[in-house]
Amino acid sequence: MAWLALALAVWIGGWWLNHVLSHRPKTRVTRLAVPIIFGVTLVIIWEALVRGLEISPVLLPPPTQIAVTFADKTHILWQDFVQTVIKGALTGYVLGCGAAFLMAIAVDRFDFLKRGLLPVGNFVAALPIIGMAPILVMWFGFDWQSKAAVVVVMVFFPMLVNTVEGLSDTDAMQRDLMRTYAAGYWKTLLKLRLPAALPFIFNGLKIASTLALIGAIVAEFFGSPTRGMGFRISTSVGQLALDLVWAEIVVAAIVGSAFYGGIALLEKALTFWHPSQRGRT
Amino acid sequence: MRNIVPVLTVVAAIFAIWYVAAVALNAAWAYNKAERAGVSLTTSELISDTWSQKKPKLPAPHQVGAELWKTTGEMVAKGRAFSKRSLIYHSWVTFSATGLGFLLGTALGITLAIGIVYNRTMDMSVMPWVIASQTIPILAIAPMIIVVLNAVGISGLLPKAMISMYLSFFPVVVGMVKGLRSPGPMQLDQMRTWNATPAQTFWKLRLPSSMPYLFTSLKIGMAASLVGAIVGELPTGAVAGLGARLLAGSYYGQTIQIWSALIMAATLAACLVGLIGLVQRIVLKRMGMA
Repeated sequence: MAWLALALAVWIGGWWLNHVLSHRPKTRVTRLAVPIIFGVTLVIIWEALVRGLEISPVLLPPPTQIAVTFADKTHILWQDFVQTVIKGALTGYVLGCGAAFLMAIAVDRFDFLKRGLLPVGNFVAALPIIGMAPILVMWFGFDWQSKAAVVVVMVFFPMLVNTVEGLSDTDAMQRDLMRTYAAGYWKTLLKLRLPAALPFIFNGLKIASTLALIGAIVAEFFGSPTRGMGFRISTSVGQLALDLVWAEIVVAAIVGSAFYGGIALLEKALTFWHPSQRGRT
Repeated sequence: MRNIVPVLTVVAAIFAIWYVAAVALNAAWAYNKAERAGVSLTTSELISDTWSQKKPKLPAPHQVGAELWKTTGEMVAKGRAFSKRSLIYHSWVTFSATGLGFLLGTALGITLAIGIVYNRTMDMSVMPWVIASQTIPILAIAPMIIVVLNAVGISGLLPKAMISMYLSFFPVVVGMVKGLRSPGPMQLDQMRTWNATPAQTFWKLRLPSSMPYLFTSLKIGMAASLVGAIVGELPTGAVAGLGARLLAGSYYGQTIQIWSALIMAATLAACLVGLIGLVQRIVLKRMGMA
């Protein structure tokens, strides 16, 4: 009962604090503090509810137990991280986004390709591409190469569609100005159209960053060597070692957020001139 | 309409590449067979063999087409459209999880969006977490969700639908928040001069102007929901559904079966997204927005 009362008290207290904070003028501190308080509140409630209702740790381990497992099994987690994120996801991400970028420039050059490939690309981007995973695992073997291949296929089309859209984001006036400067195709591309396309490219990179992790992990469900985050998750679920599963999820969450956040920071640095970035301090 | 020729060209090119790739990838096995039989292959024999293997590395399009017909059209003709060997049955299983998850996700998304737009505290505390929740590769915990819910006694449709829900609520929240905030200060002031209650402002101004945003996010949500349902079927031990077909195919090396399940999933996705597009056209037209 005490735990349940604690959960209720924390919820009310946290919400009240946030209510007060969010009705004060917005500053950098409140903008950061409010979501953090909300998150901490949720974690404490989780802990209190699991203990108060005596939920078996096989079903839902309390956060403290997950933290202990996380600290104990760092070597396993690190090994899985290297296998899945560095070898699988990152390789595939760089290859896929790079290929899509080059393809987009080619597509943009030839109007015929653009009119033909864009509808197809848009269509493919909506398909459940993750289903390609078993086929690619069969082609490239169980190791990280097949995971990288899945990631390449998954990130290619969102990236392509976004980049092509970005490259056509200049208006006639700007292009005419480049012509009056006697700038050729390449010069116009480098100095005007690529910078103008950057917000779209970063949008594609952000979408691709979450897809890359998902692709690398899910591909491991179809076969992998005896390490990797997807492998660990599916086998630990079988052994009902849910604390290890949750530890892997924490790793995935940290990696995913860091990946996304890194790209967002890079975007901020490179597209500081764009209206969506100006006015934000 | 002027895009038809380029699109058809691209599609034709994809098929051509597919056929060529089938020859290239399956050639090794064809040579292997020929060597053991002690015969040498001419080019035409090689090509016809690579396009008709039983377990090819890459099945040719017509093989996939034949398998699709065998598992859908022929089953219907025999009156066994819902037998366990028919893809229509498996698509139906996947579709029901997708649909339920999509409905739940949309409802959750719209509710959250209304809360975020009308409550400042929610806006500041929940919104960042909604965005953060998507940087977490949620599909990774799909197996755990299924197993845990099974242990509490919830099995069948609901666990899969939960995963679909989690994937589809995000685009709806983001789109609806944008949409509900899309009326400008001028329009909101106009409502105030008419002495409209907050409820009236919501029903007559905010909700209608959010419709274009809603439909765009529904399309993304539907596609995500289907992916969720397919991945959700993987850990259930390949019982039923398109995801189960994929897994069973990869266990037994039945590439043709994998490809036909894949094409079926693609068709299903295209139909569902197209359906939303149709509803969007009709609704927006009747509202005078398209």
